[in-house]
Amino acid sequence: MHDILRGLLDAARLLAAGSRELWGIIALSLRVTGTSLLLCTLIGVPVGAALGLSRLRSRGLVTALLYTGMGLPPVVVGLFVYLLLSRSGPLGALGWLFTPRAMIMAQTIIAFPLVTGLTLTAVRGVDPAFRQQVRALGATRVQEIWALLEEARLGVVAAVVAAFGSIISEVGAVMLVGGNIEGRTRVLTTAIVLDTRQGEFVSALALGVILLLLAFLANLVLLRLQGKQ
Amino acid sequence: MMAGGQPIFRLEGVRQVYAGRTVLDIASLEVRDGEILALVGPSGAGKSTLLRLLNFLESPASGRILYRDRLASGGATPLEVRRQVTSVFQRPVLQRASVWANVAYGLRLRGLHSDGRVGAILDTVGLAELARAPARRLSGGEMQRVALARALVIRPRVLLLDEPTANLDPYNVGLIERIIRAENAGRGTTVVLVTHNVFQAHRLADRTGLLLAGRLVELDDTERFFSSPADPRTAAFVSGEMVY
Repeated sequence: MHDILRGLLDAARLLAAGSRELWGIIALSLRVTGTSLLLCTLIGVPVGAALGLSRLRSRGLVTALLYTGMGLPPVVVGLFVYLLLSRSGPLGALGWLFTPRAMIMAQTIIAFPLVTGLTLTAVRGVDPAFRQQVRALGATRVQEIWALLEEARLGVVAAVVAAFGSIISEVGAVMLVGGNIEGRTRVLTTAIVLDTRQGEFVSALALGVILLLLAFLANLVLLRLQGKQ
Repeated sequence: MMAGGQPIFRLEGVRQVYAGRTVLDIASLEVRDGEILALVGPSGAGKSTLLRLLNFLESPASGRILYRDRLASGGATPLEVRRQVTSVFQRPVLQRASVWANVAYGLRLRGLHSDGRVGAILDTVGLAELARAPARRLSGGEMQRVALARALVIRPRVLLLDEPTANLDPYNVGLIERIIRAENAGRGTTVVLVTHNVFQAHRLADRTGLLLAGRLVELDDTERFFSSPADPRTAAFVSGEMVY
């Protein structure tokens, strides 16, 4: 209990002191997670909406695959990306391994099934009569999909919130493909692991509090967006 | 009330089938430009299916639908044709937005500005004071008037009404009927109304037809349809003696 209190105090002190290293870690965490979230939202929301609207026979299989993907162990994704980007791997020539780009790639793969699957569920939950009414008013296909997304926005924002939660707190994949290199690929979660291994529990706790605070603030913004619409 | 002109819709041998079951089988039907056509019949007669076909929301299993002498079917219908026809359904489906935003929606889809049209139509349907209210918190009658305003603001050439006043109180029924009549008389909008309310058909329509088990039993001028029906099933339906 004492250590937790000290962790909270240290977190406040660390933030107030504003060391360059800490701000660098926070900035990289936000950049990696923010970019991954943006990418998987830009790809996953339209794909989820299209799947939700499609009448393909294989829709059930695709849905089952997506739902399975929601439970992908991050460390397995990390291993997969590692093998892809390693020097002898198919994408080795890119030279992305142990860079933030590799971390973004891994986090995007982790979050994509969540955003797509939950968007699909939200779109399917919209009253079929709504879609018919929108078409009856003269909507094009794109306008129809947009109207459905607007109607399903509570679910879509929930999908983005869930994806954010899963990747901001993720450690296995970013550790594998980023390497936790100081000043280059160290993010909050990997820094916590390192501090814990070194017995720096108070510092690890302080970083944990900062991580929670960031997650809380980001979720507040996302939920505000949900409420506003 | 406008008398009907040239055919705006022509249906030839139109059949619709759901899960192997024929739900609509119309040998021939013309909707005349500028008329109010009422199609009456019990639930399950195929009335709503017919409206979905006329609104190009689905394609028939067989047969031809001609809109102004051009073949038109389902989603393949050109957008500019689709946008001349719109529907008001029995259960108003409104967006999670204000009354104003709902009514302006069709204009927004077409990239048009309100130009005072939304305000004017809200006045017509008696909802000007509720323009900023969340549409989904209105009463059933008010919501249906929003749905009607949303359809009328885009100035459709054909207005399809699927039981537009079912479950509404007499005040809202009267108001909606007056608006439909004014739209038809003022702008010459063709109206196809499907209902099981024979009294409403009698009050509004130039011509009335009876749909039964997906087939058009009889179609005639409204006065003749009610006063001297040719088919005994029509006589039984309009007198309320039909058991179905």
